Formats: sequence, structure tokens, C-alpha cells
Amino acid sequence: MKILVPVKRVIDFNVKIRVKADNSGVETANVKMGMNPFDEIAVEEAVRLKEKGKATEVIAVTIGPAQCQDLLRTAMAIGADRSIHALFDGETQPLGVAKTLKAIVDQEKPDMVILGKQAIDGDNNQVGQMLGALLGWGQATFASKVELGAGSVNVTREVDGGLETLQLKLPAIITTDLRLNEPRYATLPNIMKAKKKPIEPFDAAAKGVDLSPRIKTLRVDEPGSRKAGIKVPDVATLVDKLKNEAKVI
Amino acid sequence: MRALIIVEHDGVAVKSATLHTITAAKKLNCPVDGLVMCNAGASVIDGASKITGLEKLLVSEGAQYKDDLAENEAPLVAQIARNYTHVFVAATSFGKNLLPRVGALMDVAPISEISAVESADTFKRPIYAGNAIATVQSSDAIKLCTVRATSFDAVPATGGNAAIEKVAATADAGLSSFVGREVSKSDRPELTAAKVVISGGRGLGSGDNFKMLEQLADTVGGAIGASRAAVDAGFVPNDYQVGQTGKIVAPNLYVAVGISGAIQHLAGMKDSKVIVAINKDPDAPIFNVADYGLVGDLFQIVPELTAALQKK
Repeated sequence: MKILVPVKRVIDFNVKIRVKADNSGVETANVKMGMNPFDEIAVEEAVRLKEKGKATEVIAVTIGPAQCQDLLRTAMAIGADRSIHALFDGETQPLGVAKTLKAIVDQEKPDMVILGKQAIDGDNNQVGQMLGALLGWGQATFASKVELGAGSVNVTREVDGGLETLQLKLPAIITTDLRLNEPRYATLPNIMKAKKKPIEPFDAAAKGVDLSPRIKTLRVDEPGSRKAGIKVPDVATLVDKLKNEAKVI
Repeated sequence: MRALIIVEHDGVAVKSATLHTITAAKKLNCPVDGLVMCNAGASVIDGASKITGLEKLLVSEGAQYKDDLAENEAPLVAQIARNYTHVFVAATSFGKNLLPRVGALMDVAPISEISAVESADTFKRPIYAGNAIATVQSSDAIKLCTVRATSFDAVPATGGNAAIEKVAATADAGLSSFVGREVSKSDRPELTAAKVVISGGRGLGSGDNFKMLEQLADTVGGAIGASRAAVDAGFVPNDYQVGQTGKIVAPNLYVAVGISGAIQHLAGMKDSKVIVAINKDPDAPIFNVADYGLVGDLFQIVPELTAALQKK
């Protein structure tokens, strides 16, 4: 059982986002970058399946510039066995990413692909579902529990109003939600070991994959901000304001 | 131009997010049709046909559509979408799960969670957890969009009379099957549709203390929400979560109790009409977006507020 885990390099989730002065995008120069948090959960889940003896190999994959190697080292420090890096310097969009991943799946033939449900930069929440369609595999998005059976996997999903469990035939696509697991911190010995694990290049263009953007960003703005209101001294004043000023109760 | 709305339902009734999605499609100034995929859903079809604003209601029935499996529904949507210029669905767990799969089948790049329709090919959408708003233009002939329901008003659920047209069902893909569902049982209104939302954060200290919020919510007929911190701490289930990675709400009244106001959380509730914040820290960022702030001990203020509202 082989598991493929795609990871994306994004602005670190603790960094405060700044819109560029010319409204062409978000400032990424000299900003701390890191692994998309949902992808970290995906790596952790795959590594846990390997530790339980259910999976035999975990392969981390990324699409992006040279700096993305750091992410692959992190994934391998968590426990991935090896990595594949599709070098790409332009803007990546979900459909192109899904097509690249399909080409990698065709080469590696994993039994499962575990992805983050969305990246915290574009917030698209698309790649897993698209990869499912391109491969003709079943999909379980927003997973909070994964139970591997023989030739199938049961996945509990976070849906509006509660939880839902699906059974998928393998091979299958799973996308992670927050409560699936809590990713570990990589230990120093494992970080050192990860430096020796292999990263293979993957040439998406040579496989005929079209990564060119389909959606053009015309401009990026700061969100409209809400003005701070007033502080009220006590509950009686609050109730009075809600009743007579805001008229919401 | 002609737009198609995928109608979301629970097998019995149409979900309210669909009504907001129709308003988004109406901004295109073209005819709007609906698509219902269901299994023996007479009440859904009847309900959907009465919605104001739909010209035609396409209906496809079959056991393979019963549990909204994307593998079974995406091929039908992709086939019907060829007759339209726009396909919209609410950005709920249903819509987010389904539409990208449709996109890949059609080789179309969908646009997620639009919050405004600028023109036939240009839309606004929040990125970076709502910290920036992107204006994006699609180059595809058919535009597939999920729609942020709170950014658009609802059309009336009645008053319409759409002509029903049957569509042959596509085959069961045989890739996935439904095992079970655990619905959070509650007599309170659904979080995303409630007029009043009472949300708790880490300041509540425990899941037990949410009972205090429940009393307040029941006094005003509200729903219960929570910050991601409260969910991560295990106080309440994940489907209570309000924020960029949880639910987006925009009630008339949002009461944030013991919530500091992380950007992640604000992204999910800042479109509320009136925001009240109760927090012991006078410098908590939540006060920067609150219309009315009350600084103090929530364990004292919340019961006092509940009592005052009960008297009303």
C-alpha cells in the first residue's frame, strides 16, 4: 500500500497578510513561508498508517519553485520515505495542479492520495475533488477519521450539521479536515535522517501537462473593515441598546 | 446566457443556502434554471418548483443520487452544464465537494466561494481567510462557481412556478457508498440560517460551560457557534465552528462570548448586522469589530444577560 501526499508551500499561518500597494496581489517577499497546515495533517495521517503497518511507503509531492524542497524535507522528517518535486516557477492553480498530480499518480501508482482540503492562501478547496475526477477514483473530502479495510477505506467526513461516513473502493482520494489528527513535531534525529532521503525531480511539461492559469486575478483589495462600536458599562445598557438602538431583539 | 443552480436539499426540503445562490445568479440578468438530483423526493421537487426566480426545474431521480455522492452526481451536472453559461451552487460542504469534480470532468477551472458578481466573467472572492478580496476573471466558456450564501440575500421560497423537466439519470459510478450519518441533534435553528448566533471561545473554559450559552440562545431563539480555539480544545463539535475554516454566518445579532477575535474567526462572522462582544480583556481584537462591547467576567455577564432578556 503506497500513499501519495501532495504538499503546498504557503505563507506561514501566523503571518499577518498584507495586500500589495499596487493591488496586484498579496506581499510574499521576505515573508515566512511554511507547509499548508491541512497538508501537514495529510502527511501525519499517511505516516500513521505506515506506522500501524497498513501502508508500506509514503511519498511526498510538491509543485513549485526550488524553495519548496524545504517542505519536502519537513514531510520526510515527519516520516515520508521519499519525495517528488515538480519544479514550477509560475502561479499554480488547482486544475493545473490536479493534472500534474494525475501524471505523478500515473507514474507512481499509489493506492491512496491524501491531500489537505484546502490551501490557506487561495482557499480554493478543489484539488482533491479534481484529482478524483481525472483519475476516476472515489473521493472523501473533509475527513475526520480514516479506517482502512481490505480493498476499501471508511472515511468519516465533517459535513454541515454533523458527520457522515462513506466507504470508498481503493484506490481513493481523501482530503483532510482539522480534527483528523494533530501533526507531530519533527525530532532532530528525524530531521537529520530526512536530509538523506531522496527527492526526485518531475518534469510536468515533458509529460504534456498544461499548468497555465485559467483564472486571471484582476486585483486584490483589503477587505472592507468594520468600525469599532462602543463599550457599554453593564448588561442593562446592552439590552437597552439592542432593543432601542440596534432593534435586533 | 443562461444559468443553472444546483438545488441542495436533505431529501425532504430545499436547503436555504440555495435561495441565496439564486440571488447571485440573478445578478447575471439572464434566465435561471434549477437542477434537483434526488431519490423519490416529491416534496423537494414540489418545494423547488415554487421558489421565486427559477424558470425551469430539471429533475433527475435515482437511488444513486440519494446520498449526494459526488462520484455519481458530477457526471450528470457536467453533462447538463454544456447547455448553460453559468453553473452556481452554494459553497456548503455539499457544493464544495461536488463542483470541483464537475470542473475537472469538463476541463473548466471553477471559482470558489464568490462573494460578488461583477460581470458575466468577473467575480469577487475572499482569499487568505478573508484577509484579502480578489477580483478574478474566468477564461472558460462555462463558468462554474460556488457561492458564499451570506453575501447574497435569499429569494422568496414561494411564489414561483417553474416548469418541471425530467432528465435521465446517469449510472452509479460504483466508486463509493454511504455508510452512515451522525446529525448533531438540536432544536435550535441551523447555525448558518439563524437570526441570532451566540458563540463561545476558549474563554468558556470547558464544554460544560457552553450550557450557559445554550440558555441564552434559547431565550432569544438563537443558534450556538464556537471559535476554532473552542473546537480545538474539544469543548464542542467541529460543526459549531464559525470562521474561515468553519461556517460563514451573517445573522442579525452575533454575540461573541470569551472569543478574542482571531482573524480566522472574524472572517466567518464580520458580515453580521450587529456584533456584541463579551470579554474580560479590554484589548481583545474582537472589540475592534463589535458594535457593543462589554468588558468583564462572562460567567457573571451571560447569566445576567439571559435573565434580563427573559424578563423582557
